[in-house]
Amino acid sequence: MAKPAKTATEAPQAAEQPDQQLGPVMKFFKGPAKWADDRTGVGGIMSGRIPNIFNLRKVFPDHWSFMLGEIALYSFVVLLLTGVFLTLWFKPSMGEIEYNGSYQLLRGLPMSEAYASTLNISFDVRGGLLIRQIHHWAALLFIASMLTHSMRIFFTGGFRKPREINWVIGATLLFLGMTEGFLGYSIPDDLLSGVGVRIIFGAVLSIPLVGTYLETWFLGGEYPGDILVPRMYMLHILLIPAVILALVAVHLVLIFYHKHTQFPGQGRTEKNVVGYPFFPVYTAKAGGFFFIVFGVIVLMAALIQINPIWVYGPYNPAEVSAGSQPDWYIGYLEGALRLMPNWEWHIGPTTWSWNIFIPAILGFVALPGAIGVYPFLEKWVSGDDLEHHVLDRPRNAPNRTAIGVAGITVYVVLMIGGANDIIATHFHISLNAITLTLRWGIFILPIITFMITKRICIGLQRAAYDRVLHGSESGVIHRSPAGGYSEPHTPITQGEAYTITQHHEYQPLTSGPQTDENGVARRGTAKERARRPFTRWYYGHNVPKPTAAEVEEARHHQGGHEVEGGHDDHAIESGEHSDEQVGAGHSD
Amino acid sequence: MRLLSSRRRHPAAKALLLVAALFVIGAVYAAVAPTEQSAAEPNTSQQVTKGKELFSVNCSSCHGLNGEGTSQGPTLVGVGAAAVDFQVSTGRMPLAQPGQQAPIKPGEFTNDEIAALAAYVATLGPGPAIPDSSQYSTDGLSAEEIARGGELFRTNCSACHNFTGQGGALPEGRRAPSLVGVPNKHVYEAMLTGPQQMPVFSDQVLPSQNKREIIAYLNSIHAEPNHGGLELGGLGPVSEGMVGWAIGIGVLIGFAIWITARGARAR
Repeated sequence: MAKPAKTATEAPQAAEQPDQQLGPVMKFFKGPAKWADDRTGVGGIMSGRIPNIFNLRKVFPDHWSFMLGEIALYSFVVLLLTGVFLTLWFKPSMGEIEYNGSYQLLRGLPMSEAYASTLNISFDVRGGLLIRQIHHWAALLFIASMLTHSMRIFFTGGFRKPREINWVIGATLLFLGMTEGFLGYSIPDDLLSGVGVRIIFGAVLSIPLVGTYLETWFLGGEYPGDILVPRMYMLHILLIPAVILALVAVHLVLIFYHKHTQFPGQGRTEKNVVGYPFFPVYTAKAGGFFFIVFGVIVLMAALIQINPIWVYGPYNPAEVSAGSQPDWYIGYLEGALRLMPNWEWHIGPTTWSWNIFIPAILGFVALPGAIGVYPFLEKWVSGDDLEHHVLDRPRNAPNRTAIGVAGITVYVVLMIGGANDIIATHFHISLNAITLTLRWGIFILPIITFMITKRICIGLQRAAYDRVLHGSESGVIHRSPAGGYSEPHTPITQGEAYTITQHHEYQPLTSGPQTDENGVARRGTAKERARRPFTRWYYGHNVPKPTAAEVEEARHHQGGHEVEGGHDDHAIESGEHSDEQVGAGHSD
Repeated sequence: MRLLSSRRRHPAAKALLLVAALFVIGAVYAAVAPTEQSAAEPNTSQQVTKGKELFSVNCSSCHGLNGEGTSQGPTLVGVGAAAVDFQVSTGRMPLAQPGQQAPIKPGEFTNDEIAALAAYVATLGPGPAIPDSSQYSTDGLSAEEIARGGELFRTNCSACHNFTGQGGALPEGRRAPSLVGVPNKHVYEAMLTGPQQMPVFSDQVLPSQNKREIIAYLNSIHAEPNHGGLELGGLGPVSEGMVGWAIGIGVLIGFAIWITARGARAR
């Protein structure tokens, strides 16, 4: 179990202040504060006297990438606020009515009450269109920020012990967020989302053995039935938001319990957190950031149209428009469906639609599934059971970084596949050519990006190695009396050297001694043998950190460097016409 | 004069006089009446002759000397004047180079030349004539009829042309073109003749009145203001997602960097 370690930078306790020094405001709140403190112990929590995970003096480190999760949290708050407004006007009913609202181009057409009430929200409810657009933009940002947040944690190894559970909760939240978003996109019952719902139920039907039962069970009959919208509405406004809210609460409690991770640096260890206290610094920063997030979303909603359901028209199962796409977070599934070859089995009277089941159902589960499972796979390879509160620099875990980039590559390829018709029309490329390219690309491109990323990471490791030993280039070129050119290097600071070299070096498993102490052949356990190639893959290419002896020698060498006039270790060839001079320097 | 006066009471005089009067009136009418009808014949044949000349220079290498079609181009027998007017005045024909689909480009012919070509092709076999403006004019349509045009468009056209006629992709590099800013006449002719990949929506399938409603719907939806802000090309969730990432996440990360770049000030 993770024990909350002592924070290094907790502020010293404020001495008891005599009453006379309290300002008028504090004096006013003294009574109520005491009343609350006597009953809830809130004062102890506030001041950090009670060793409690809700310690408001909890220290948080400062880094922009630690704010990404907050974007998700705040856009979720915006979703709750605007969602409440929308429920006041939305009618989750598939009952058919004739539209008589103020949008001229749809007047007199038959449509569901759900669609008509969404039109009313857009055109007849004061501020309704703005709130609808805020809600929709916030939904796009909610999932985008969750994904960005999870990428930050992945690449810095923030999911390692003791945070695996929180990571799995995060993956679950991503899964729920995508589902929630898709339901919200679907309930207005417009032609665009109706096409998406049709595809989803096609996917449900493709589930072997139980698909048809699931569809009938959910729809109470054949598609589309008349209870689809009310049921999706219930899931969208009640069940899934409640689960998301509960998981968000657990997610945040666990952050307080584990304490926040920090990037490596001077004075930062596994036992401390260097940063600012939650109260008052982060309450102010995070509180301010809430208003910034809210403001940016409202600004986008006020200026940029989103999901103009009135131009899509009411849903009609007989109509499917060109350019029908789901919201971006379902785009990878759309792409998977579009790229999948037409594989189908026909056994007796049954049809097994692998062409739909694999991309749509397995694809949907695969993204959060792969994210959720990764920490356990990596832990199996590393065999590392230590707690980690200092983050990895991505270059120091080249294989993980490369796996992440390869995963993003697959995701982006699928997203492009989902928009293949838009790309075809806008870049004048054949639709079939795009599909064919992406079918190859989904297997080849991740391998290429994996190799490139790993090479970049190892190159950066090598650069760090050089930097520790030789310092940074000073940019000053010296010419010795003998005519040789050299550039003195400036040693890097202690702090930078620490940051570069603090990481733990994992070693690939070697086969070890071939025989045990009794001379009996030893092959290692099955697990060891299975792990061995993976540890080589993960850690075999790492550039070792410079040893203390190497650093010492380099420092000595650097010290004597400038005194030694004709030493031309770092001779620079100055181009076209000075070859002789450099040559002269060498011959000295 | 004696001859006439002596026979003026002859039984046949009345009938002869009537015939003579009819002849005179007919002759006078023929001299005074608008010349169009009678002048049309030689004029049309002139037009056809001119059209045939233009055809053999510009079209016959693919469509054959008599429009019978070759391995390079389809037969034009029976396509009608409307098809020629659509293809040539939108610049699709003559084709600059063989491809999956004829692209739209600036037209190369004057209106007279297009009319001549159309007149010539119309002589090859019966086909739809060039519609006159009363057929494709959207005047006098009620709001309900325009709304019905929207429903007709979504049912019959949106599968290729997108919800609002922004165009869409078809297999093998073909595409349904955007309908934004296309003149009423061309939309009507396209429905009537089914150019390139498009199916024919003849008057038996889609009556002329419905075609007008569809045209009126397209004009209305393209003229309406963008409720709710920038419309992002009318491309739906693809462009919305890109904006969400580029502007939404981009700007918020910028703010996050700004917020965390400043530490709390120690007192």
